Amino acid sequence: MELILSAGIGALTASGVYLLLRPRTYQVIIGLSLLSYAVNLFIFGMGRLRVNAPPVLDAGGVGDLAQYTDPVTQALVLTAIVIGFAMTALFLVVLLASRGFTGTDHVDGREQRHD
Amino acid sequence: MIDWLHHLLIIPILLPLAVGAALIPIDERNRMLKGLFGFGSTLIVFVVATILMRIAASAGNLPETGIYQLGNWPAPFGIVLVLDRLSALMLCLTAGLALAAQVYSMARWHTAGHHFHSLFQLLVAGLNGAFLTGDIFNLFVFFEMMLAASYGLLLHGSGPVRVKAGLHYIAINLAASSLFLIGVSLIYGVTGTLNMADLATKLATLTPENRQLVETGAAILGIAFLVKAGMWPLSFWLPPAYAAATPPVAAVFAILTKVGIYVIVRLHFLIFGAAAGPSAGFGQEWLVAGGMLTIAFGAIGVLASQAMGRLAGYSVLVSSGTLLAAIGLGHAGMLAGALFYLVSSTLTISAFFLLIELVDRGRDAGADVLAVTMEAYGDFDEDEEEEEVGAAIPGTMAVLGLCFCLCAVLLSGLPPLSGFIAKFAILRGLFDVPGSDLTTAMSAADWTYVVLLIVSGLAAMIAMNRIGIRTFWASIEGTVPRVFVIEITPVLVLLAACVFLSLQAGPAMRYMQATADDLLNPLLQSERVLSAPRAGGQ
Repeated sequence: MELILSAGIGALTASGVYLLLRPRTYQVIIGLSLLSYAVNLFIFGMGRLRVNAPPVLDAGGVGDLAQYTDPVTQALVLTAIVIGFAMTALFLVVLLASRGFTGTDHVDGREQRHD
Repeated sequence: MIDWLHHLLIIPILLPLAVGAALIPIDERNRMLKGLFGFGSTLIVFVVATILMRIAASAGNLPETGIYQLGNWPAPFGIVLVLDRLSALMLCLTAGLALAAQVYSMARWHTAGHHFHSLFQLLVAGLNGAFLTGDIFNLFVFFEMMLAASYGLLLHGSGPVRVKAGLHYIAINLAASSLFLIGVSLIYGVTGTLNMADLATKLATLTPENRQLVETGAAILGIAFLVKAGMWPLSFWLPPAYAAATPPVAAVFAILTKVGIYVIVRLHFLIFGAAAGPSAGFGQEWLVAGGMLTIAFGAIGVLASQAMGRLAGYSVLVSSGTLLAAIGLGHAGMLAGALFYLVSSTLTISAFFLLIELVDRGRDAGADVLAVTMEAYGDFDEDEEEEEVGAAIPGTMAVLGLCFCLCAVLLSGLPPLSGFIAKFAILRGLFDVPGSDLTTAMSAADWTYVVLLIVSGLAAMIAMNRIGIRTFWASIEGTVPRVFVIEITPVLVLLAACVFLSLQAGPAMRYMQATADDLLNPLLQSERVLSAPRAGGQ
C-alpha cells in the first residue's frame, strides 16, 4: 500500500509540475489542482497509513492507541482541501477575467510569435 | 492578573475579521460609512498593538499575558497565540501601515471596485494572525487568509495590467502554498508536533535520519517563504504586481514580503538556532547567497526603472535581500540592526508607494509621450488614466518635493535619517567582533555584503535623483497635481514615523537588541509557551 500511495503522489506531483509550467492558463489550473491532490495525499501519508481505523475515540472507555489513526493529519487535510478549493475557484475567476481582457488563454496575455 | 488584559491578545485577529464580515452586507454606496468602520477597527487594532508592545517590552513581569490558549487547551496539544517582542513589533508596524493606507484610500481609491474595506480588514486579520500564531499549521491558515485578501486587493480596480499581474501573482503563490504544506506535514510526520515551541525542544533529540528529514522539510518550507519574501530568482512576479496594484494596496503590500522574512527569522532561530545541535545554522549559506543576489538584482532593477512604481518594487527586493543576507551571515550583533532596518525600510517604501501616485498626477504632456514610447518598447508600466480630482492645496509641489527628498534620503541610507542608522547598525554588528583580529574574523562573504549594502544605497540614490530631477525640476510646464489633505497626511505621517525613529534611535535599538536576544535564546521562549498555566488554574 505504501508503494502505491507514494507512486501515486509522485505521478500526481510530476504531472502537476509539468502542467504548471505550460503556457496555457487551463493547463496551469489543472496543474495546480493535481499538485494540491498530491499534497493532500502526502499529508495523509505523514500520519502513517492505517486501514479501517477511526480517528475519533469511541464513546465509553479509553481505547488502545494502537487501534486509532492519527486525527491531526485528518484535520490538516480537511483544512488544506477547503483552502485549496477556494483558491482554485478564485484563480478560475481571474483566469476568465484575463481571457476576457486579452482574448487569449496564454499566461502572458498575448500569443507567442513563431518566426 | 487582570482578565481583560489577557484577552487583548485575540483582538488584533478577531476584530478585523468581524468588521470585515460585517461590512459585506452594507450597500456599496455607503463607502464612507464602510471606510469609517474599517478605520475605527484598524485604529483599535493599532491601540491594542501599542499596548501589547508595551507589555512585551516589559516581559518577564507578566508571563501569562504573552500566551493565549484558544479553547483553554495547554500548549503542545491546543492552538496558542504567542506574544513576544518580535510579534508585538510586527503587529504595531502592520497596524500603522494599514491606518495610513486606509486613510489614503478613502480619498478616492476605494471607489474603484467593490468590497475594498472588507478585503482590507481581512488582510489585516490575516497578517496579525500570522504574526501571533504559535504553530506552523495555523501559520499556513493565516497566510492563506492574508493571501486571499491580497489577491482581491491586487485586482481591485481591475484592468488588463492588474489582471495579468494578478494571474502570475496568484499562480506563484498557490504553488508556494503547496510547498508550504509539504514542508509542514513532513516536519509533523517526523517530530509529531506542529507547535513551534515544542518543535524547538524536540529537535535536539532526533536521530540523524530523522534530522535529515526535518532539514528537508525546513528547506521546502524555506522555499515557500523565500517566494513570498521575493528572493531572486523567485521574485519575477513582484515588481509588476506591486507596480500594477492601486497605491494604498501597494503601500500595505510593502509588509507582505516582510511576513516571509518574519517567518524565516522566527523559524531559523527557533529550529536551527544554537540549541539545535548538529543542524544549527542549517541553510545559512543559501540565505547569504540568495540575499546577496537579491540585493544585486534589486539594485540593477532600481537603476533600470523608468517608472517610479517599478523603482519602488525593486526597492522592496533590495530591502528583502539586505535582511535575508543579514540573517544568513549569522552574526549575533547584526540581528538588532537588521530588525531596525526592517521597520525603517517598510515604513519608507510604504510612504513612497503612496507618494508616487500623487506625484504622477502632475506629470506633464511630455511625460505622457514618454510613457507611450515606453509602452511601444514593451514596458508595461501604465500610468493611471483616471481623471484628476481633488483640490490643489497651496504649496503642493513643495510638500510633495519635500516628501520625495525624505524618501530618497531614507531609501539610499544617507544620514541623518533612520535608513542610515539602520545600515550603520547592521555594519557595526558585522565589524564588531570581540577579542579577535578584524582581518581574520571577517570572511569574504562579510566583505561582499558590506560592498553590496553600500552600492545598493548608491544605486537607490542615483535612481531617485534621476527621477526626482525629471519630475520636480524639469517639469515647469506640468500641471500642479490636485491632492486631498487626507491623501498627503498619511505620507507625511509615515515619513514622520521614520524621523521619529531616527530621533528615538537609542530606545528603539535597545528594544531591537532585546528582541534579538530573545530570538537567540529560543529555548527560554519554548519554556514560557509550554509551561504556561491554563486559565482557571487547573
